[in-house]
Amino acid sequence: MNRISTLFNSTQEPILNVYATAGYPNFGDTMLVLNALQEGGVDIIEIGMPYSDPVADGETIQQSNQVSLDQGMTVTHLFDQLKNMRQSISVPVLLMGYINPVLQFGVERFCQKCQEVGVDGLILPDLPLAEYQQSYQTIFEQYGLLNIFLITPQTSDERIKQIDSVSEGFIYMVSSASTTGAKTGISSDQEAYFKRIDGMKLKNPRLVGFGISDRESFLKASNGASGAIIGSAFVKLLGNAKNLREEIVGFVKSIKGLK
Amino acid sequence: MIDAGISFHVSEKGYYGDFGGAFIPEMLYPNVEELRLHYLEYMMEPSFQKEFHFLLKDFVGRPTPLFKAERLSAKYNTQIYLKREDLCHTGAHKVNNTIGQILMAKRLGKNKIVAETGAGQHGVATATVCALMGMECIIYMGAIDIERQAPNVARMKMLGATVVAAQSGSKTLKDATNEAMRHWINHPVDTHYIIGSVVGPHPYPDMVAKFQSVISEEIKWQLQEKEGRDYPDYILACVGGGSNAAGAFYHYLDEPRTALIAAEAAGQGVSSGHSAATTFLGKPGVLHGSKSLLMQTEDGQVIEPYSISAGLDYPGIGPLHAHLATSGRAKFFDITDDEALKAALECSMLEGIIPALETAHALAVFGKLGAKPNEISVVNLSGRGDKDLATYQEKLKLNP
Ligand SMILES: Cc1ncc(COP(=O)(O)O)c(C=O)c1O
Repeated sequence: MNRISTLFNSTQEPILNVYATAGYPNFGDTMLVLNALQEGGVDIIEIGMPYSDPVADGETIQQSNQVSLDQGMTVTHLFDQLKNMRQSISVPVLLMGYINPVLQFGVERFCQKCQEVGVDGLILPDLPLAEYQQSYQTIFEQYGLLNIFLITPQTSDERIKQIDSVSEGFIYMVSSASTTGAKTGISSDQEAYFKRIDGMKLKNPRLVGFGISDRESFLKASNGASGAIIGSAFVKLLGNAKNLREEIVGFVKSIKGLK
Repeated sequence: MIDAGISFHVSEKGYYGDFGGAFIPEMLYPNVEELRLHYLEYMMEPSFQKEFHFLLKDFVGRPTPLFKAERLSAKYNTQIYLKREDLCHTGAHKVNNTIGQILMAKRLGKNKIVAETGAGQHGVATATVCALMGMECIIYMGAIDIERQAPNVARMKMLGATVVAAQSGSKTLKDATNEAMRHWINHPVDTHYIIGSVVGPHPYPDMVAKFQSVISEEIKWQLQEKEGRDYPDYILACVGGGSNAAGAFYHYLDEPRTALIAAEAAGQGVSSGHSAATTFLGKPGVLHGSKSLLMQTEDGQVIEPYSISAGLDYPGIGPLHAHLATSGRAKFFDITDDEALKAALECSMLEGIIPALETAHALAVFGKLGAKPNEISVVNLSGRGDKDLATYQEKLKLNP
């Protein structure tokens, strides 16, 4: 079984997935950030591959993408930085990004590299279900990569079931109609939406993303799902941190409620 | 020459050859899917057609004339007609599409509109139809374009639109499009996105092409009246995203006797590093929801384009045009800033028509086309040059 499904099957605690832009705040920080996240007790790490035009992302992540690109980050450099990742990182690792850099790298070559360095799955928001099934699924599966799909409050039940049937690992439940970092906090409407999806008895567990920034919103989100994803709030921390490792460890612990 | 096996019309899955599709985040799926399922049905409704054609006639002022440019014809020793889209209300072809899309938005039950704009022509055309229909209107425009197209910003504001500056990236059309898409993601329920060209996810390229196809529909009967045949030997248009070109080409896509000629903005020259000539510099890639030709680095990052003309300053082209270019159905010319400026001045002095800077790129092709004396060309005169006067003043040294 893949690392992600193993994790979901083996824990009852809310799962914390944290997003970090690769090569940010400094080009060489990627592995430092990953190690600190794991040290703090993160359950899943999502590494953002920077892109010039990230349309699903709000200002904070856009800006971190631009800084990383300006510092010279590329897909090739990223795989280089992750070359020995599995010597220290045991938690599941996802790559999140946009389809165009993957296309230019070569889809098969990209998947092969992912497998080589120990990446477990991909989140590519602008790769929709139909295109995935038609042109990508076979290759992704061949290299043991899970493709994580998004659903939103506007996604129809019928489509959710369709996405569930193609998904493996978990489903990324976007908390509200928005780009990343646009809103913070979880409203009662959103909690009702999480419960509604929970009631659908899907085969895949869900993690809630967008608008999660602290322990309170993390717990609220985890109430109707298996856990939650923190992105912009963590990227802000990265941008402002004076002592990177210490602050990352402290942040993860505070979210997880660990001492 | 047209290979009989090739189709230039959109496929069931939203593709033109290898290009097109709908590469959008799930947040936009419900809106785009609703549009995909209904756009043809809504467009074909007699009530839609009636309102569309009524507004094109009495509000926009269609049909636009097909004008024989005698002095330009004499200068290039060939037969040149100008399709006068500059005489459309608001001063460019863009309004053909916004009229169609505002009617579509109404049928989709939306009461707010978001749009991007480069030169400001699409923004003005969108603000205009929103005023006409009493809809709220938000226009995203690159911070640099806000500066170089100031008159259009004032027009949008006077029409009641909110103009928001896109501050990311190159601060031009690409970034305004990113921001408009983000706005739509944040307001999916009440808002329709009026894309301004034949770009974006399926079905936008096809829908916009169909609304703009009124241009070639008119050229056909107008040319029949004037020349006794309904097709030209050449039809020329500039390509930013490609909407005026798509409209001018539309009814000739399968006409083997008509050569399709597209002019792209070469900026300071294709190899200068300051260019927007996508078919010369681009590779297949995905931007703004479709697979097309795209100016990008080896790493797949989008390159910030450059052109003196805000409406052509875009690193991609619509998927139809990528297909026309790679299949050889259309011939693409790269036109520099200087060539466009020269052509704008020439058209003004010889014909009494000051064209938009975008349009001037199409006019500049006559210097390279090699059309024969008895051959007939139709240039799509996509817009008028009022919005570009500040640039013309500076570059053509017209200051007192
Ligand atoms: C007058 C005029 N022509 C052409 C264009 C380029 O757009 P498209 O290629 O979609 O016709 C613009 C865009 O702003 C324009 O204002």
